[in-house]
Amino acid sequence: MRSAYINKEREIEIEKEIEREKEKETEREMDNDSKFDGESARVMMKELRETYSTGKTKSYEWRICQLNNLLKIAEFHEPEILQALHSDISKPEFESFVHEIWLIKTSCKLAIKELKRWMKPEKVGTTLVTFPSSAEIVAEPFGVVLIISAWNYPFLLSLDPVIGAIAAGNTVVLKPSEVSPATSSLLAKYIGEYMDSSAVKVVEGAIPETSVLLEQKWDKILYTGNSKVGRIVLAAAAKHLTPVVLELGGKSPIIVDSDIDLKIAARRIISGKWGCNNGQACISPDYIITTKDFAPKLVDSLKLQLLKFYGEEPLKSDDLSRVVNSNHFNRLIKLLDDDKVSGKIVHGGQRDIVNLKIAPAILLDVPEDSLIMNEEIFGPLLAIVTVDRLEESFNIINSRPKPLAAYLFTNNKKLKEKFVGDVSAGGLLINDTTLHLTVPTLPFGGVGESGMGGYHGKFSFDTFSHKKAVMYRSYLGDASERYPPYTTRKLRFLKAVMNGSFLDIFRAILGWP
Amino acid sequence: MEELSRSVSELKQTFNTGRTRDVEWRKAQLKGIIKLLDENELQIFQALERDLGKHPVEAYRDEIGVIKKSARFTLSSIDKWVAPTKKQVPLLFYPSKGVVMPEPLGIVLIFSSWNFPFTLSLDPLIGAVSAGNTVVLKPSELAAECSAFLSKTIPLYLDCKAIKIIEGGVEVAEKLLQQKWDKIFYTGNARVARIVMSAASKHLTPVTLELGGKCPAIFGSLSDGDMKVAIKRIASGKWGPCSGQACVGIDYILVEHQHASKLIDLLKKTIKKFYGENMGSLKNLCKIVNKHHFNRLHNLLEDPAVAASIVYGGSLDEQNLFIEPTILLDPPVDAVIMVEEIFGPFLPIITLDDIHESIEFINSREKPLTIYAFTKDESFKKQILAETSSGSVTFNDTFVLNACDNLPFGGVGESGFGRYHGKYSFDTFSHEKAVLERTFYFELEGRHPPWNDFKLQFIRLAYNYDYFGLVLLLLGLKRKFT
Repeated sequence: MRSAYINKEREIEIEKEIEREKEKETEREMDNDSKFDGESARVMMKELRETYSTGKTKSYEWRICQLNNLLKIAEFHEPEILQALHSDISKPEFESFVHEIWLIKTSCKLAIKELKRWMKPEKVGTTLVTFPSSAEIVAEPFGVVLIISAWNYPFLLSLDPVIGAIAAGNTVVLKPSEVSPATSSLLAKYIGEYMDSSAVKVVEGAIPETSVLLEQKWDKILYTGNSKVGRIVLAAAAKHLTPVVLELGGKSPIIVDSDIDLKIAARRIISGKWGCNNGQACISPDYIITTKDFAPKLVDSLKLQLLKFYGEEPLKSDDLSRVVNSNHFNRLIKLLDDDKVSGKIVHGGQRDIVNLKIAPAILLDVPEDSLIMNEEIFGPLLAIVTVDRLEESFNIINSRPKPLAAYLFTNNKKLKEKFVGDVSAGGLLINDTTLHLTVPTLPFGGVGESGMGGYHGKFSFDTFSHKKAVMYRSYLGDASERYPPYTTRKLRFLKAVMNGSFLDIFRAILGWP
Repeated sequence: MEELSRSVSELKQTFNTGRTRDVEWRKAQLKGIIKLLDENELQIFQALERDLGKHPVEAYRDEIGVIKKSARFTLSSIDKWVAPTKKQVPLLFYPSKGVVMPEPLGIVLIFSSWNFPFTLSLDPLIGAVSAGNTVVLKPSELAAECSAFLSKTIPLYLDCKAIKIIEGGVEVAEKLLQQKWDKIFYTGNARVARIVMSAASKHLTPVTLELGGKCPAIFGSLSDGDMKVAIKRIASGKWGPCSGQACVGIDYILVEHQHASKLIDLLKKTIKKFYGENMGSLKNLCKIVNKHHFNRLHNLLEDPAVAASIVYGGSLDEQNLFIEPTILLDPPVDAVIMVEEIFGPFLPIITLDDIHESIEFINSREKPLTIYAFTKDESFKKQILAETSSGSVTFNDTFVLNACDNLPFGGVGESGFGRYHGKYSFDTFSHEKAVLERTFYFELEGRHPPWNDFKLQFIRLAYNYDYFGLVLLLLGLKRKFT
């Protein structure tokens, strides 16, 4: 009887084991189905190249149709987009509207409006040297392009480059960031529904999937993110001679002069810093440089305006994004708790570890060798460095890697001129912060450590186009002087033509000295 | 290595003084280049003759003349190029000013090539200095006399604390690539280009790669008169530039069966007229640059099927490194001569049933630096433009496109990326910095937190540039969301 009982128990155990095995097997199968590996990438690339070779993506009609469909995603799915952005980063509705949805809509509408003009060949003048001839520059797509997006503006930084790529007639693979998973799935879903899936694809995933993508041969890559991964992308691109645009970041400084409208300046600084994803933006003001005399006034004004913007308990304010995840949260806490800045926190810095929130923090007189001054903050901490004379700020900025943006608040014309002449950054903005990103006539991109290449507006179309030079010649007026056998007289003629001198040409033809 | 680091430090220091940003400094360098060419024409001819057997006419046409023209064009345009370009800013941001301002990148590295050792050194140099950078130029060691000449002479005419010539081979190139540059400009082949780009990636250095490829010439139907001119242009475009050792040299011809024999006959006559009747009387032709390339080219003809397809030429002079102009008719398309860039005086002719098949033929290969098409058929021209991809396209001629300062010169795909010539040279060595200037007047309160419905409505209208709606909203006359 005992053995029967044991057998029964054993039977149940075995059944449970079998059940567990079956579950594991199903999981493995599911994994394999959804796994994006080398083989999936090859199949996908083959499809995209085939689509591209049909020529359909080159047609104006196809591009306009795709752009209109992309616009529909932004127009018809606002609530879902807001929800995803809130889930990913607790982004305030207002910021999601303004910085993501509306920027995409504007960008898309501009491309739709201007596409015909952008696609037209550009006629260029020719000179005596190639007379008679005519010449033009024709924009053609590169082919198959890869766009790797970031997590802080997951909607904007995915679709804005896609707009450019499609407007230029390419097929596209978009890899949204896995750190913003809700937006990533939303993009996969709606791009799948609205766009031509034989030409525009979304690959979700993390490092393994990105690595697989980077092994493929692309005709162009646009990467938004940090400089460490930027190097990896560039190195992978080198294997295939793929041209790359890198939109990176850096420590964007603000120089603040004393002779300004302090209230307006403070509000603009706060909007640009904490009003943009709570400091988690590539062009976020990272640190301020101001004079020792002026610093206290600036700090007071910032504190006052911060109170007006976010109230007594900013950790409870809905108008501030949270820190995206615990990795970054811990990184930022480390910056705050660095010994070298103890006693330097003059405002805020309260933390809510459960909700991953850090209250806007200002640190005054931070040493240049502190942690906070040696990496891009990318969070709600604002460091203030003080100097005796404002002119010293240029040396501070120029001794560091070139940032994506640099800001100056002043009414002093000479200071403005020196700033524009001496400071090298992706873009400069005087008396405001971050706005230059929204002006479509200005190229948006970095230099040095902050990146290479640029986009926005027509620059997006250009960045995803190969500009092919075309020369048309006729058979009339063929100068025998260009052919062998070479003689002294021919040399004279050649020199005259290349010098553009009609008189010399005349004399060469007639054989005059 | 230490000396190299010292040179780079010196260049950084020079750059930091701001001297190279001054337009007068830049103009002085450009004038210096013109003076160098004017005062040393004979020595340059000699160096090119010794390194490549280049005839003075070819040397002037492809090197001295090109650089002088480029320098003069830059001199006459530079004031315009350095000026900030005003950009329109939306009314919403009034009052604001937007400009794009070109600024130098800093310290740039230029790798030149051996086939046009002056042009490919000094033309990029013109771009780099006109944009205000300091420069290291590494000429190719395979054109040793030209490299030595540049190293000795440039310091006599240009600012030697801002422009340095570093001679050497692979080892020196590797050491240079370990330094951090603000830009690298490389002319050469795709294999080394990958090494350059890979090294550049460690420092996030932007690069321009001017490579090559198999540049085809599509030969359509032409009248007799036009055909004669076309053949002259093909011959001078194939063997004229450095005996076929040119990135934009014609690599192979595509022609319909029915025209092939006429094409070949005319080519033979033209070759004899331009370059000599036979191997013994070759003239107006460069030699092959060195033993290594000579052997490489020789090996291309060792393939029996390729040798069997030779219809003209094929003789080689190993001692003097000369190879006569050689025409091949329909060598196998999978032979090495049809797979790799020839970079020499062999001209395969591939025959097709219909000339329109040339498009598929070209597209089944890597994108070349340039495509030549000899045709007057307008719809065929459009088809070639729309359905093939290359750095550039020239209709009814060869080589002249490079002389047009208003056209960008550069490749795509395996033939490279980036471009230069004319203003494109200036641009390629500049960072185009966006500058937006605002004032403290007229603050839009709607842009600041705390957020509310009014502000949201305000922003919606503002972002649509719906100024009328904005006015209504501000007057309290607009309430509904749109």
